[in-house]
This record gives sequence, structure tokens and C-alpha cells, in this order.
Amino acid sequence: MRRLHVFRTLLALALISAVAVPAFAGPFEDAVAQFSEGSFADSEEAVGKLAVTANPMAFTIISALQDGRLYADSDAKKVYLKSTDGKVTDAVTGAAVGDLPDSASKLRLNNKLRRAVDAALGSLTLLSPDAAKRVQAAQAVFKSRDVAALPIIDGALKKETNPAAKKAFAEARAAILLFSPDAAESDKLDAIATIRAKGDQEALALLSGLPGNQPASVTRVAASAVTSIQNNLALWSAVQNAWYGLSLGSVLLLAAIGLAITFGVMGVINMAHGEMVMIGAYVTFVVQDVIRTRYPGLFDYSLLFAVPLAFVIAGTIGVLIERTIIRFLYGRPLETLLATWGLSLVLQQAVRTIFGPNNREVGNPSWMSGAFEIGQISITNNRLWILCFTLAVFAILLAMLRYTSLGLEMRAVTQNRRMAASMGIATSRVDALTFGLGSGIAGIAGVALSQIDNVSPNLGQSYIIDSFMVVVFGGVGNLWGTLVGAFTLGIANKFLEPVAGAVLGKIAILVLIILFIQKRPRGLFALKGRAVEA
Amino acid sequence: MTNELTHAMAKPMSRRSWLAATAGLVLGLTAFTNAKAADDTIKIGILHSLSGTMAISETTLKDVMLMLIDEQNKKGGVLGKKLEAVVVDPASNWPLFAEKARELITKDKVSVVFGCWTSVSRKSVLPVFKELDSILFYPVQYEGEESERNVFYTGAAPNQQAIPAVDYLMKEEKVKRWVLAGTDYVYPRTTNKILEAYLKSKGVAQDDIMINYTPFGHSDWQTIVADIKKFGSTGKKTAVVSTINGDANVPFYKELGNQGIKATDIPVVAFSVGEEELAGLDTKPLVGHLAAWNYFESIKTPANTAFIKEWHAFTKKPNRTTNDPMEAHYVGFNMWVKAVEKAKSFDPDKVIDALPGIKQANLTGGVSEMLPNHHITKPVFIGEIQADGQFNVVSPDDPKKAKLVPGDAWSDYLPGSKDLEADWVKLKCGNYNTVTKKCGGQSS
Repeated sequence: MRRLHVFRTLLALALISAVAVPAFAGPFEDAVAQFSEGSFADSEEAVGKLAVTANPMAFTIISALQDGRLYADSDAKKVYLKSTDGKVTDAVTGAAVGDLPDSASKLRLNNKLRRAVDAALGSLTLLSPDAAKRVQAAQAVFKSRDVAALPIIDGALKKETNPAAKKAFAEARAAILLFSPDAAESDKLDAIATIRAKGDQEALALLSGLPGNQPASVTRVAASAVTSIQNNLALWSAVQNAWYGLSLGSVLLLAAIGLAITFGVMGVINMAHGEMVMIGAYVTFVVQDVIRTRYPGLFDYSLLFAVPLAFVIAGTIGVLIERTIIRFLYGRPLETLLATWGLSLVLQQAVRTIFGPNNREVGNPSWMSGAFEIGQISITNNRLWILCFTLAVFAILLAMLRYTSLGLEMRAVTQNRRMAASMGIATSRVDALTFGLGSGIAGIAGVALSQIDNVSPNLGQSYIIDSFMVVVFGGVGNLWGTLVGAFTLGIANKFLEPVAGAVLGKIAILVLIILFIQKRPRGLFALKGRAVEA
Repeated sequence: MTNELTHAMAKPMSRRSWLAATAGLVLGLTAFTNAKAADDTIKIGILHSLSGTMAISETTLKDVMLMLIDEQNKKGGVLGKKLEAVVVDPASNWPLFAEKARELITKDKVSVVFGCWTSVSRKSVLPVFKELDSILFYPVQYEGEESERNVFYTGAAPNQQAIPAVDYLMKEEKVKRWVLAGTDYVYPRTTNKILEAYLKSKGVAQDDIMINYTPFGHSDWQTIVADIKKFGSTGKKTAVVSTINGDANVPFYKELGNQGIKATDIPVVAFSVGEEELAGLDTKPLVGHLAAWNYFESIKTPANTAFIKEWHAFTKKPNRTTNDPMEAHYVGFNMWVKAVEKAKSFDPDKVIDALPGIKQANLTGGVSEMLPNHHITKPVFIGEIQADGQFNVVSPDDPKKAKLVPGDAWSDYLPGSKDLEADWVKLKCGNYNTVTKKCGGQSS
């Protein structure tokens, strides 16, 4: 009775002077107040204490810390919470504070603290009504292996109906049991089975990091699980290399298609090809910049605007280059090489002067960011889209050459210029358009490459050698050769890279190509017939 | 010269007069730079690439030098003389660096040169500075293993950046497994050699160190990032120490983000990623990855705030970032001014002798000192990347009270260099061997 009375008085006191906290400190208040010390160690300890207070505010405060919305004033020993809509409250009492005092500074996080926050949020959201959040929470617990969360997980596991969440809970439970020193042997064996079924790198990390003081049977079973996971992963890594190869091949192909036209079909050694790619990338940057400032809602469609624009701009520049420089140099490969190389330097420096030497940020639209998993490999969306895009560009180009009158004229001119001219084809116009087409496609490639590479004046340089390699390897004058060449080089590169390293891998590929060209000077798909002599 | 030019322009252009005009233009431009130099100005050479691959990093340093010189002139110059900047563009072309350095010293008669970024450019200008006896201030963190009489190294030596970063990861993150990833050239190779020796001296097994080199401008990081992920999945805490250079960082970090490697799982600590590099990047997936530098823009001191404000005013760009090599130029330039005032002369020999022992407050609250080995004392900060592209200092706890680490020219962890010592005050030698008691045979 008496105790109740005291409690009431205290409660009343607390209500009256909500600010005077230290006089009346429960574990929650203590924990929150500790944030005001400001050091990482104090914050970490505070997070740990908060997580077990079961106070409904704990979640809000810890997630505010995670998002950088928690402020501390170490002199006044105050902690402030800024809500997502900018309202500031005293974190301990919940009382509204008008403005954030100047002396308060944002609480900083380091990785250690971030891990503690993840773990705490994990245990706090295990019972969230949202299944996706439960999965996330269970995964956080899987990493933190916090023994305190075990009873909650046990309880949740019984009620859980969502299969994904159920699996995540079971895995989290297994991880905790496996690392808890006083779990029963049979529990541990079950746990290993669960983790073995998980089968990914996380599971492997967990099992191989098992502390040494285990019963013999556990160690044995764990070792066999490790081997089985490793074998499984080795298989997947081959699949993954193949995918990486396809992805690299698609980038090579994209960069080389334009060159396959200007160099492959027309025979112009165009060293400024890479700069057309760069111009395409800068067009993307400008388009995104305009969209960001004027129509932010359209950002996800920015690439759709950039592709035709890049084609037109790079194509127009290509036509200009052909009309003003290249047409005077037909049949003089060395002069063409020097002139276009000089041109590439001019274009680079021009871009550097206009846009500055720094990288420009080109954002990924939301449908191009992120990744998804198939089995044990993760496929990033932007790479997948680039592969599809490359194949689409390739198909459109083939169709154009095959079915349009311009395509027909192009083929006629490259196969036999004089006869084409006698048939009434304006060969010099076709030359200009062909060069423009090649440059335009390079511009489109720039749009795609801006998604995975730096948008800087040097962008083109890194692709020019690879592009020539692909075209020469695939066979000059043959688009299919370029396709096969690009994918072959991409896949070969990616299978060599893990063995030889990136530098040696690249050298090895070059040596292989030199050897190959010795054997087949005209590349994979050599042109046959009279066209060769033309 | 200008007369000749207008004269040539007035006539209808023949091929010959075109030639004359071009020649006139070139001469005219050179004459223009020369004409400005009156007797009461002292020239300062700025040797940073304004075109080519390195322009991305070096243009900023040219700008900061112009600002510092401008500021010094507003204070009345040095020894009553105005300073004048002579800017040349070595165009990221290493042999051209040597040529331009020679031009600066012999033709423009500069008293001191501030310049270079890559180690290869520094190595290329070294013989020129030795031959013509001038001074070079080199502002970038580098691999060490060098100390020259004519060069003052205001950037970090490995013991002022790489080793403290590794120490931080060992202590705070309890890292047991190490990936040393770098671009394939001299700085990463030497730094990684030092780090490997250091890690082994700390009891890290060979199996727990993975070393990986990639070509310049490497853009397809899928395999390497997957390898790092695999290397990190043995249950031991893993970290990546990155000496990946410049441009290649952007696709590397993008791939890390894409493959879902978070800083809380496998942190990456980088030695070449600063505020400038992050400017072209969406940093949200990178929050928590680390960088080790001797200066961060985010460190709040009155000196730094004033510097940033002035930088924004000078460049007329209110959100242009500042970075570590800029601060190195700030410290270096002010040290040079003080040394000139101490020597009461612009003569390079006298200034070189006056420089060791000169103290200059840096921008982060400490006072750096030029050491007899021509390196300076610097604070070391570990920063974490934030969502706004800035770094949040996580070590030391209070950046303003950071301990200053003296730069060590010769690493103590490499067998060939641990017995060497550089001292240009007492020993007059850049590579004195403490075992054989001889100056190592290089220049003295």
C-alpha cells in the first residue's frame, strides 16, 4: 500500500516536471541519457540497454539513431529526437522542443555501432505485423546471434505462417543455438542441418567460424556440411562466371557495334569512336540534369529520352566528321588513324572544358538498380538490362541493314562501290550516313555505359582498344562476327580472371588474340567472295 | 609580338601568313606570361595536369595554389615582393612533366614549384630539380622510400595513412582477414608490400591476406567483388584495404553496392578516395565504408571553416569540396613563405636549409612541422562515408586533439629500407644506412 503511494507521488512528480529526469530514472531513461555522453562506446551500450527495456519508444529512438535523427547535447546531458517530419522532441520524456539547441550535435555512428543498431532493431521487429520486416529482423538476428532473442524467436516460430519468414526464423534460431555454449548436442546437429540447407556464403561463413569447443559429432557434421556447401558453391561460381562473361560480353558488344559499322563495314580506322560513346554518356548526364531540375517525376524515364537524343547528337557529329575530315582520307588508313586520334583528343578536351574534368553523376533509374538472386548467384538489374538492350540494338541494326533501302544501299556501296555508283546510288551520301549510323550507335552505347562506368572525358579511351579487339577478332565486315567475338572475349576474360588476376587475364586474352589472328588473319567470320578484294 | 600578329591578320591569308600568325600567336602567348613579370614579383611554378587523365584530381590543386598566392599577395606578398603564379599544363604526360619543370625553372625562373600527383610524374621531374637545384613541394600521399634534398613531401608517407588505417581496423573492427586491392602501379604495389610485411609482423597468416591488382581505369568489377565476398565468408572478420586509384573507384563501389556488400559486413578502407571522388557517386550504398586521410572537409575548426569559405568564394562555386592534397598545399605553401622569411631570401639553397623545423598550423587544429627528412608531421584521421558524400571522422574520437605522426621516408617494415634514415640537417643524406654508417650512394 505504502509502496503504491510512493509510486503515485513519483508518477505525479514526473508528470509535473517532465524535464527533471535524472531524479527519476528507470532503465529506459538511463539508457537514453547515456547517448548524451557522445562516444561510440556509450552509444553502443545505450543501444544494447534500450533494446531490452521493452519500452515502445526504444524502436523509435534506435531507428532515429540509424537514420541520423538523434541529437545529443553532452553539456546539458540531453538527447533530442527529430521525427521524420522535422519535429524535435526530448528523447527521454517525449516532450516537444521548439528548436534544436545549437549545442546539440547529431549522434555519429561507426560500423560497430551500426551492427549493434541492426541487431537491436532486429530483435525489436521480430514480431512486426509486416512479413518482410520479420524476415529482415530474423536475418539481422542470424548475423548478431543474440541469445536474448531466442525466446521471442521460439514463440514467433510457432505462430509463423509466412513460409519465407518461417525459414528465416528457423535459420536465425539455428545460428543462435549453434553458437550458444549451453545448447544441447542434438539441437546443434539440427541447427547444422538447417544451415546446411541454407547453403549460401553466409551459411558457409557461420559454419566455418564455429568455435572449437564443440562435441566431436558436431565438429564432424559441421565439417561435412562445409564441404558440401563449398562444392555446391563452386558449381554456382562457374554459372556466375558465365553470367559475368555474358555481361562483360554485352558491354564489349555495345561498345563495338558502332565500330563494326565504321571500321568493319566502311574500313575507316576511327580512333574517335570512343569519344562518340563518351558524348552519348554526356547526353545522358545533360538529360538527367534537365529532368532533375525541371521534371523530377520523369527521372525513371530519363534513359528513354536519352537514347534517341544520344543517337541523333552523336550521329550528327559523326556525319559532320565524315563530311569535313574522313571523306578526304578514304584509302589512306594511316592518315585516317592520325586524324581521328587527334580528333579524339580535341573532343575530350572540349568536353573537359565544357563540363569540367570531374566525373559527372549519372543516376540509375529505380528499375535498373538493385539485384535479385537465382540460386546462389546474384544478378544485378543494370547488367541484365544492358544485356537485353545490347541484343535489342543488335537486332534492330541487323534488321535495318537487311530490310531498309538505306541498309541495301550501304551493303551495295561496301560490296562494290563503283557498281553501286553506276546503279545511281549517291555513294558519298551513303558514306556520310553510314558513318553517322555507326557514330549514333556509339552514342547509344554511351547511354548504357553511363550506367556502369564513370561519366568523365576519359570514358571513351577505355573502350577503344577493346572495341577494335572485338571487331578484328570477330572478323572485319561481319556483324555476327562482332556478336560472337564480343561474347567469346567476355566469357574467356571472366573465366581467366579468377585464375590469373585482372591484369594477367587481360594480357593473356591479348596474346590469345594475336595467336588467333596469326592462324586466321580475317577473324572468326571472314568475308568470302569478291567483297574481300573490293 | 602582338603587333606582328595584327599585322599578319590584316593581310589576306596566304598559307605563309597563316604559319606566321600561328607562330606569332604561340610566341605572343609566351611573351604575355613573361611580360607580366616585373622585377618586384617572385614567380611560383604550378605543375599540375590540366588535361588528360589526371586533370580530374590535379585541376583542383592548381586552383587552390592560385587562391593561396592571391591571399598571400593580399597580405602584402613575401619580403615585400608580390608573388606571381606561373601555370603550366603537363597534360598527364610523364615525360612532359620533366620538360615543363625545366621550362619553369630555366625560362620562367620560378623560385619554387608546387606540383605533381602521381609518383611516376614525381620520379620524372626529380632529376630536373636536382640538376637545376630548385624546390618541389609534393602534396599527395605516396609510397615513401624516397627522400630528396630538393623535394618536400607534404602528403602522407605510408606510416601516416596506411598503417594507422590498418591499426584502426584491427582494434575497432577486429579484422582478421585482409584483402589488399590496388591499381597496378608503384604506389599500391609498394604500399601493399609494406602492409603485407606489417600484417605478418602482427601475426596474420599468409592465407588470410589476399592481394589483388587491377589495371588503370578497370571498370568490370563483378568477378573481383564476388571474390572478395567469397574470401570474406570464412567466418573471420574481413576488410578490404583499397589503393585503387581515381576513376576505377566509382565502378568498384557501385559493384559493392550492387552485390549488397555492406560496410557492416566487409568494410573497405581506401587511401585514394576523397571528397572529390565521391562527388560523382551516389553514396547511400557506401555509408560506413572508410577512408584514411590527414584532412577531411567535415572537420570543424575555425581555420578549416575559414579555408572552405574562402575556397567557395575564390572558385565562385558554393559547393565545391576541399580535400587532403589541397590542405597539403596549404601547409606546404605557408611553410615555404615562413622559410623564405626566415632565410630572408628566395634563393632555393637558403630556403631548403631554412625549411626543416618550420612549423605551420594545419587546418584540423594541430601544428605540423617540417622534419629533417623533408616530410612533415600530420594528424591521421579515419573517416566513414556519409550519405551526403562527406566523411564522418570515427578515429580519433576528438579530431581536434589528434596526435601528430612524423612522416617516415623509409618504412620500418621493408627489409631493404628499415636501416635507412633520411636527414638533410645533420647527415645531409636522404638514405643514410644506420648499419654500414654510410650514405647510401644515391644523391647527397
